[in-house]
Amino acid sequence: MDSKNRTLHAAMPWLVIVSLLVVWQLSVVIFEVPSFVMPSPTAIFAAFQEYRSIILYHAGLTMMNTMIGFALGVAVGLLLGIIIGTIPLAYSGLYPVLIGFNSVPKVALVPIIVLWLGIGQPTAIATAFVLCFFPIAVNVATGLATVEPEVEDVLRSLGASKLDLVTKIGLPRAMPYFFASLKISITLAFVGTVIAETIASNDGIGYLMMQASSQFRVPLMFAGVAVIASLGIFTYAIFAFLEKRLTGWAMRGKR
Amino acid sequence: MDNFVTLDGVDLQYGGSGGVVALKGTDLQIKRGEFAAVVGPSGCGKSSLMKLVTGLTPPTGGRISVAGQEVSGPLKCVGMAFQNPTLLPWRKLLSNVMLPLEIVQPHRKRLSRHRGEYVEKARGLLKMVDLEGFEERHPWELSGGMQQRANLCRALIHEPDLLMLDEPFGALDAFTREELWGVLQDIWMEKRFTTVLVTHDLREATYLADVIFVMSARPGRVIATHRVDLPRPRTLETTFDPAFIETVHAIRNQIAQIREESKAA
Repeated sequence: MDSKNRTLHAAMPWLVIVSLLVVWQLSVVIFEVPSFVMPSPTAIFAAFQEYRSIILYHAGLTMMNTMIGFALGVAVGLLLGIIIGTIPLAYSGLYPVLIGFNSVPKVALVPIIVLWLGIGQPTAIATAFVLCFFPIAVNVATGLATVEPEVEDVLRSLGASKLDLVTKIGLPRAMPYFFASLKISITLAFVGTVIAETIASNDGIGYLMMQASSQFRVPLMFAGVAVIASLGIFTYAIFAFLEKRLTGWAMRGKR
Repeated sequence: MDNFVTLDGVDLQYGGSGGVVALKGTDLQIKRGEFAAVVGPSGCGKSSLMKLVTGLTPPTGGRISVAGQEVSGPLKCVGMAFQNPTLLPWRKLLSNVMLPLEIVQPHRKRLSRHRGEYVEKARGLLKMVDLEGFEERHPWELSGGMQQRANLCRALIHEPDLLMLDEPFGALDAFTREELWGVLQDIWMEKRFTTVLVTHDLREATYLADVIFVMSARPGRVIATHRVDLPRPRTLETTFDPAFIETVHAIRNQIAQIREESKAA
């Protein structure tokens, strides 16, 4: 019963996707929707096959830009989070500024970034970075700032330094927060890259879709969307797996 | 025997002038190797006393000295245990117990080279509190009583000169609590570290302590000192001894009186 249940749970996402595709295909066929409005899944798949090498080339670039931007975001976010979470003065000073920064729609920043970095990869990387570092910084800071005072008392009365407190309690405790934010940030990094590519780039999936749009190649556009979605899910799954392996204690053995 | 912990006219006020006065003119002496208990009505500043003695909070008036030295910052080698076991959930039981060794000198320096020796010691302590075989479990896999026993081991692994306990058994059921009294007494009789136990359980205080300090309602100060001269090791039978019951009774009356007075005021 139990293992049967688990297989069913694992199969559920696939079942949902397959049924959605079937409904989609049937509606397009039955209602004779023209392919420049809404192509059927089979037409999208055909477009993917046809333009396979081009799509994979651009997808590869998008993936690379996203990963570089994400890596920068993790480094900066982690650092900022540690500073904000451990130094109360930095918390009061930086937190409101960060919130203000985060409430700016990032699309509005792309033209400025273009001005500095020009058209192309650096802009895509920078946009991905700008979008994804914030959740990491906030989550790590929260994890560090909410350590139970009693645990700190136990360690302080042993003569622990501030650094000891951070490395022995703060950081391990912040890890579940950190991994939770990675899952959010990696998807945001994709959003950033694709936005920058559609506005200011000569390659990448975003650029490919703009091209396809101007030429009315609607199935190709949908193929691009499908590729981005799969990349997003794939990277999300990697971090979800890492989270489970490294911070299983936070789930208290559940799942 | 010399005094190990001395409080001399200690005041503590939170949040600057106009803030809550937790302690006012508290005097207290605890001898080296003595087991002291502090009891009193709730909110009388018992837990503040813990923080003062360990140097985590500086007093706003008076002097505190431990082992002949005036306390001016957090002490370096105290064992502490609270009502909440505060074990680290990402560490297994053995490494939780060994945590103080990663902080306190000289163990900190010796730990990596003499790991085996320290692991043996931690296992020995866990065995003393009946947790053999649970070394590789995470704390959240264990019951509250088991966690609290491991917490005691963590407070003792580095052989502190001073053990501070803040209602360590408060959240446990009566049977587990009484069982742990015995465990704690056994360890204390073997090692004879100076102990301060903050509790609201008068039977617990009388069972474990050599000397009981009764505190007044806030602002707290020590208003009575009871010596408990019952022979050790004390057992649950001791708790039915007339002398035991008499002590518990006397303290209970005092606290009831304090509560009446503070209500009237």
